[in-house]
Amino acid sequence: MARALIHMPSTAKQGEIIEIRALIAHPMETGYRPGADGKILPRDIIRRFACRYNGEQVFAAELHQAISANPYLGFFTVATETGTLEFSWEGDNGFAQTEKIAITVSAS
Amino acid sequence: MNIPRARITAMLLAAAAEIAGNAPARAAAPAAALATTASVDDRRSGAEFMSASTQAMQRDDSLNPAMLWVSGGETQWNTPAGRSAKSCAACHGDAKTSMRGVAARFPAFDQASGRVINLAQRINLCRERRQQSAPLKLESEDLLNLESYLALQSRGLSVSPPEDKHLTEAAARGAKLYAQRIGQLNLSCAQCHDQSWGKHLASSTIPQAHAAAYPIYRLEWQAVGSLQRRLRNCISGVRAEIPPYGAPELIDLEAYLAQRDKGMPIESPGVRP
Repeated sequence: MARALIHMPSTAKQGEIIEIRALIAHPMETGYRPGADGKILPRDIIRRFACRYNGEQVFAAELHQAISANPYLGFFTVATETGTLEFSWEGDNGFAQTEKIAITVSAS
Repeated sequence: MNIPRARITAMLLAAAAEIAGNAPARAAAPAAALATTASVDDRRSGAEFMSASTQAMQRDDSLNPAMLWVSGGETQWNTPAGRSAKSCAACHGDAKTSMRGVAARFPAFDQASGRVINLAQRINLCRERRQQSAPLKLESEDLLNLESYLALQSRGLSVSPPEDKHLTEAAARGAKLYAQRIGQLNLSCAQCHDQSWGKHLASSTIPQAHAAAYPIYRLEWQAVGSLQRRLRNCISGVRAEIPPYGAPELIDLEAYLAQRDKGMPIESPGVRP
C-alpha cells in the first residue's frame, strides 16, 4: 500500500470551514517517457481522487499526466456532523487506496 | 525535456566560459584551508535562493513530500529485521530522543572499520552488525526512508562535525577535491559555489553549496535523494567521471562540507527545486 499523509483537524465546531491536505506516494508515470532501455514506460497514474464525509462526496478531482509524482491536494469543507471522512485514490494498474479519518464536531 | 542536447551543451559551455572568464586569477582556494571562503555570517542556505512557494513547501510538513519518506522510515524503525529479529527501536528506543542530534554529527569516523562513514553507511553497519541483516542498497528507497527519518530528528540543531583527526584528514582531502578543476568543462566546485553563487547557470540560481538540508526532496527528481546524489549530479554536470555511491571521494567531500557548514541549522528533510 502506498504511503499517504492526511492533515485535517480532529475536532471542529459545527459550520466551521476546515482545511484538508492529502498527500500520497505515487510515481505518476506519464506514459510518454522512455526508460533506461529506450522503450516507453507504460502510463501509471492516479486518475481519480474523492473525499466522502459520512458517505456524501464533498470533493473530487480527476488527475492527469501533467500532475507531478506524489500528488498533493488541498481543499476545504464545512464541518457538519461528527463522523468519518473517507479518502480514496484510484488509478492505473488497479491502484486503489482508501484512508479514513474521524472528526468530532461540537455544537457551535 | 524538448531542448535539443546541443543547445544544453552550448548553454553549459557558455556558463563555464563566463565563470572561468570572471575569475581567471583566483582559480582555487588553498586546499588545506577548512574555513569557508566567505565569513561565517555570509553563509546562506540553499533555501534562501528558492522561490517563495518552494520555501513554503519546505517550511510546512503537511506540504513537504519528503514527509512520505519520513513516515516510511518511522515504520521501518519499529519493524524487526534480519536474523536478530530486532527493530531499530528495540535497541535505540524512541528515535525522537535517542536520535536527536545524531545526523548533525555525520560523517563520522568508525573505529571498527577504520574509515570515515556517512549516515547511510552507519545505518547499514547497524543492520549488518546488530540486526544481522543484509545492508540496504545505497540510495534505495528503504535507506532514504531511514535517513530522512533520522535527519528529521536533528532539525533545528547545528551541524556539528566531531573533533577527530581522521575526519580532519578526510575534510582536508575533500577541500582539495572541492577546489580541483574536473571534467570536460574543467570546473571546480569552488568556481561555481564560492566564486559565482547568486549568478545563474541556465535558469537556475547557483547556491553556496551548503548541505544542511539533506536528504532533500528535489522537485526535479520528484523524489528524495541524498547529498551523494546531488554531488554526483554536479560531477555529471561538469562532465567528469562519476564516482559510485559510497566512494571515498564522495565521503571526503561530505566531510569537508560538514566542516564548511559547521554551526548552520539543519533543515532536513529539505525541499529544493
